Amino acid sequence: MNTDIRTEEFHHVQAAHCENGVTTALLRHHGLDFMTEPLAFGMGSGLFYIQIPFLTINNGPAISFRTMPGAIFARTCKALGVEVSRKKFSSQEKAQLFLDKKISEGVPVGCQVGVFHLTYFPKEYRFHFNAHNLIVYGREGDQYNISDPIMEDVTHLSAQELNRVRFAQGPLAPKGHIYFPERIGAINDDLIRKGIVTGIKRNVRDMLRIPGNFAGVDGIRHTSNHIRKWRDKLGLKKASLYLGQIVRMQEEIGTGGGGFRFLYGAFLEESAAWLQDDRLANLSEDFTRAGDLWRGSAIKMAGVYKGRLTEQKDFEEIADMLVNIREVEKEAFQKLSKLNLGK
Amino acid sequence: MKKEDLPQEPGALSRLTRELCYVKNEDGKYETALSKGWDVKKEALDSAWDNVNDRVEEARKAVANGEKSPVYYFMELRLMDLTVLAGYTGFFSFFIKRHLKPSVFKELSDKKLQKYANAFDITVDELKNFKG
Repeated sequence: MNTDIRTEEFHHVQAAHCENGVTTALLRHHGLDFMTEPLAFGMGSGLFYIQIPFLTINNGPAISFRTMPGAIFARTCKALGVEVSRKKFSSQEKAQLFLDKKISEGVPVGCQVGVFHLTYFPKEYRFHFNAHNLIVYGREGDQYNISDPIMEDVTHLSAQELNRVRFAQGPLAPKGHIYFPERIGAINDDLIRKGIVTGIKRNVRDMLRIPGNFAGVDGIRHTSNHIRKWRDKLGLKKASLYLGQIVRMQEEIGTGGGGFRFLYGAFLEESAAWLQDDRLANLSEDFTRAGDLWRGSAIKMAGVYKGRLTEQKDFEEIADMLVNIREVEKEAFQKLSKLNLGK
Repeated sequence: MKKEDLPQEPGALSRLTRELCYVKNEDGKYETALSKGWDVKKEALDSAWDNVNDRVEEARKAVANGEKSPVYYFMELRLMDLTVLAGYTGFFSFFIKRHLKPSVFKELSDKKLQKYANAFDITVDELKNFKG
């Protein structure tokens, strides 16, 4: 029996962040050649900051530098009038049957997976993190063709390996979550421009006007207030671990705090061309600066978890750096807010 | 970040791939470039693993001293917490907490032990006979 299934000429896209990459590659596959990672990220209002209250991940603070999983794909597709199908499953068998059906129809699909059992990942990266995304685009015998956006090239997983990561357990358990564009409508430049403007406005709202003090630009100050207390409250060892966790969240595989800010800078630069508006290109610089500041703070934090910096004043300096980043990002989003980009 | 400042300091991920990053080129425009890694990230990951290894070692001692059951050791070894282990076994966290006591663990049925063994990727014998 010939069990080889391959979707028509799928082109792998390497990206800084997995969900952007899946979104970009799937939309390009469906003929949206203009799609780029920064555009997907910006239309999906991907930039964010949140320190989730009362939650710890891997025994450290739960911090995210981007919007919630799945939102970038959903919003970008919606902005472009692309209809999306998504499914979760109660059993591995049903999940695999559906996957096989889609790829035999020639449809590459996005899958949410956990990385703990992801065999091709280096062991050092395999924590219980369940919001990784990849594309399955074909099958040869027992091997599925995998396009993982963080990688330079495509790879493969056996049916058993793929089932296992699709049914990883714990927070954000994927439950076989599969998603793909169902129908593409008519897309013109106006729709794209509209999508860009909506994406920017929603991002302004999320960063400046979200209620509570632990999310948006105020969330950065929230974390900085915590950092000032960590050394006394938790002891130096645990406090250093917590800082290490921030850096890991910040610089996790290509993106994170610094990387996401550069990505947003790249998005504004592209937007300037789409909207013929140089003001956006100028504002791009503000986000580049924010990204550089995040990287600077990571270097300082590294001084602590490497054991070189141990004093309370070092924690204060790191906290002050974060307050400064908050100011820069707040000002940048306020400027974006005042641009009057229309509807 | 300027293109020429992009770090090329190999870490664990560089065995698999280089990472795509957005950097500024000579004309001040954004473009993508590939990085082998950055020591600041590598050291953050190293420090997380040092912590994992400390916790595993403490768990081993706790089992050896008869304070905790082998479930506790393997939970730490597999980087799990109660929520994750509850997901993989189907047991409620409340019961798992009880199973961490050596006295309760001794009375567990093979069927329950098998669920733990599956979650930990080991055999029931390995689980039962772990002495720390």
